[in-house]
Amino acid sequence: MSAAELYVLLPVIVLSGTICVLLLAIAFARNFNVSVVISVLGLLTTLATIPLVLAAGPTQVTPLIRVDAFGLMFTGLILLACLAVSLLAFDYFRNRGELQDEFFVLLLSSALGGAILTMSTHFAAFILGLELLGVSLYAMISYPAKGLSSLEAALKYLILSGVSSAFILFGIALVFAITGTMDFATLKNFAGVEAPDQGYGLMLMAGFAMLLAGVMFKLSLVPFHMWTPDVYEGAPAPVTAFVATVSKGAIFAVLLRFMWTTRFYEYEAVLAGLSMVAIASMLVGNLLALLQDNVKRVLAYSSIAHLGYLLVALIAGGVTGGKELAVEASSVFLVAYFITTLGAFGVVSAMSHDELERDADMLVAYQGLVWRRPLLALVFSAMLLSLAGIPLTVGFIGKFYLFIAGVDSQMWVLIATLIVGSGIGLYYYLRIIFTMISRPGDVVTDGVSPLTSSWVVVTLTVVLVWLGVYPTPLIALITEMIDSLV
Amino acid sequence: MLLWATILVLLAGGAIAWLAEAWNKDLPRWVSVGSIVIAGLLMVPLFVSTPQTVLLADTESEWLAVSSSTWIPRFGITLLVGIDGLSLLMVALTLLLGVVAVASSWSEIDYRPGFFQFNLMWTLAGVVGVFVALDLFLFFLFWEVMLIPMYFLIAIWGHEERGYAAMKFFLFTQVSGLLMLVSIVALVLVHHSNSGVLTFNYFDLLGIPISEGVAFYLMLGFFIAFVVKLPGFPFHTWLPDAHTQAPTAASVLLAGILLKTGAYGLIRFTVPLFPGAAIEIAQFAMVLGVVGIIYGAILAFAQTDFKRLVAYSSVSHMGFVLLGVYAWNELTLQGSVMQMVAHGLSTAALFMLAGALQHRLHTRDMSKMGGLWQDMPRMGAIAMFFFVASLGMPGLGNFVGEFLVLLGAFKVNIVITVIASIGLISAAIYALIAMQKVFQGAPTAGRALNDLDTREVLVMVLMMLGLVGLGMYPQPVFDLVDPVLASLYEFSGAAEGTQGAWTGDGQ
Repeated sequence: MSAAELYVLLPVIVLSGTICVLLLAIAFARNFNVSVVISVLGLLTTLATIPLVLAAGPTQVTPLIRVDAFGLMFTGLILLACLAVSLLAFDYFRNRGELQDEFFVLLLSSALGGAILTMSTHFAAFILGLELLGVSLYAMISYPAKGLSSLEAALKYLILSGVSSAFILFGIALVFAITGTMDFATLKNFAGVEAPDQGYGLMLMAGFAMLLAGVMFKLSLVPFHMWTPDVYEGAPAPVTAFVATVSKGAIFAVLLRFMWTTRFYEYEAVLAGLSMVAIASMLVGNLLALLQDNVKRVLAYSSIAHLGYLLVALIAGGVTGGKELAVEASSVFLVAYFITTLGAFGVVSAMSHDELERDADMLVAYQGLVWRRPLLALVFSAMLLSLAGIPLTVGFIGKFYLFIAGVDSQMWVLIATLIVGSGIGLYYYLRIIFTMISRPGDVVTDGVSPLTSSWVVVTLTVVLVWLGVYPTPLIALITEMIDSLV
Repeated sequence: MLLWATILVLLAGGAIAWLAEAWNKDLPRWVSVGSIVIAGLLMVPLFVSTPQTVLLADTESEWLAVSSSTWIPRFGITLLVGIDGLSLLMVALTLLLGVVAVASSWSEIDYRPGFFQFNLMWTLAGVVGVFVALDLFLFFLFWEVMLIPMYFLIAIWGHEERGYAAMKFFLFTQVSGLLMLVSIVALVLVHHSNSGVLTFNYFDLLGIPISEGVAFYLMLGFFIAFVVKLPGFPFHTWLPDAHTQAPTAASVLLAGILLKTGAYGLIRFTVPLFPGAAIEIAQFAMVLGVVGIIYGAILAFAQTDFKRLVAYSSVSHMGFVLLGVYAWNELTLQGSVMQMVAHGLSTAALFMLAGALQHRLHTRDMSKMGGLWQDMPRMGAIAMFFFVASLGMPGLGNFVGEFLVLLGAFKVNIVITVIASIGLISAAIYALIAMQKVFQGAPTAGRALNDLDTREVLVMVLMMLGLVGLGMYPQPVFDLVDPVLASLYEFSGAAEGTQGAWTGDGQ
């Protein structure tokens, strides 16, 4: 491995280094504040290396990893999300017992897994990143070990995630059996070409189907969505934010790269299948969200619907061959989804002070919030309006892109479902807002808003409005990123 | 720039009003009034400025002010705003009714007056934006943004069923708005595939060749969004709930100006962008208009709730606007615009009266009223004036609007016009019956009620003068909007060659 190759791996190396430093620090002297500072500094340093590496240009490092603007941008997104999560976690875990330092080790190693996923161009790197991300996540979900619900959530996620990983591995094995390669770039030679023997073609398709089924599980798309509400509800709020953003975003990034590099769009059956999944996710997610009284569960179902929306943008690339627009649309939408979801769970996290038995996730806890804690209520309203795709928020820019991509590829059924889904979605977002603006009942033990979390969610709101009003810098960044894909 | 300054003054006024609440509960209202007045003063130069000529798809049209700057170059989206006679009239109405709305909330709103004024001002800013935006993306943005503060107004300060009403209002307008967004995007992409240029500019998108079938569906997206807002039968069901449950100021804004954004959209966008498709749907739209007129009148007659009665009368009156727009000739367009202004004033006044009654009697149920003229003679006389205006008494603005619509529509479709004119009679029935139930009859003994105070009377007199002025001497309004209507008419006629000749013979 040459020096240049090592140099472009700098983000991964710095992040791994931070994990080692953190482990050593915990081994010698346990101090929660020190652990937080180390993680935050590590994340910031890693972020600072990204522009340096970006300047070096796209580089293939071993067959496994390609460091290019695409991977680096998504890595940056993941790192920023981790930064937000660690700051939220600082407030959340600070007063909840002694042994909280290892949480940050898990968080950083998850982030490392995510970073590797965004750069992988090979099934081996894909699996490596996936498992690094997933295994740390099992522990994070059950971290407080306070109640049964988080343990239940972790167990559920462990079993289902394990099964889906098995699906992915078997799918890869089948694909490898037919094509003899695990490299994305080589796989593209098989796209659209019927295998000489019909049986082999079928086997290839079965392999891809199993692979996609596993990926859909991680993305919580219908019909592989069952775990989502329970895990969202059971996990501590900062971890829920992490599951909803980083873990899904990293996997979506690798899916984007996979579909782009392997010319996956040329498999029409795959697109038809994805369309069905998208429609089902939009409808099921939104409809089930109507029935919830728990804010975390509402957001869980809403995220199922949002991943369905995201799929619309992804599919759009196949119909007219407008791959660039598809990647651009889904990236913008994903960024919007990151900001909004982090903000929403940030508010839930800030609301969940440590005297409570469980996180502040019941709708009742939000009654009259505008009058009790105006700042948090304002932030939450902005996040919900962004999820609903109302203009002046970044969520609208994301949705606007979906409409552009959908109309451009003339997928009217998907567009119609998108409109129906958005209409249903409005109802449950507005219901939360209505609860917040109704006059306060005789509540409640009301904590003080923790300072760090407040800063995080306010910053997210500013970004949300800023990019909603003036998205040009974001669009420029993403179009630049697309040029680096091969 | 002037236009942006106006919008920013309103936005800033709202923000300051919210902050001002911390110092003094009365201050927010003054801040609101002050910023509306400033916004109004900014508009004054436009009334006297000479129009600049802009090429509107090969047809010259006159604009009083146009300003543009880049915004999202990726999609050719610009901050293009412009104002012509029609927009100016609508903006003026918006600001006038803004003052009326603030005045009507003066003693009614005690709970969080600052946040109330904030929402009021942001609604106004959104509506002004709708009337001046000439970039379709920008237009859509304002179209959606004005909903949110209105949602808050209804949901926080509304009456007993406010949650339901606010939700219904928001869902109807938002979902229909999404249909419009799809149409906008599709229109832009059609233009892109024709010319290779990606733009949301209204002037560039006018008159582009679209195949017939596609144009029809695109037109439908706009049509539904605007008719829901208008509201036209059968999309009107949100209106009675929203109007009835909203606080007085919000009812005034809803009926006075928000409904007009729908009519404005039809005149400015739907017909000129898709002239051919508009003809296809014209008969159907006119029938919808007439059904709205009759249906609204019948339901208004059946109400016992004072605000609900006024709300249904709005459905009936806006039916005339829809009829006038789709009859699409000079007379009916003038009539529609006149009806928009006159209905804005008369309905706003009626909602203020409803608010004043509710404030004093704590009910909107007309069966519990009666004989109020005895207790409150000033209110009785003023109510009589506005009911009579609303039923279309000659000499007042509403008559001019409805009469012109009927006159012009007669040339287009006699049967529809004859049925529509029944609406005038039924309006007389429900208006006079409401008057009888509320103000006439034996007064209840031992009821001590305060008559309208000076502030209320002042606002009412302002609107009465407006209606008398519109009725007696409507020419200034026509002078303002005629060039606009003429160019829109000429343009859509020229594009298809199937419209009747522009008669240009004035009134």
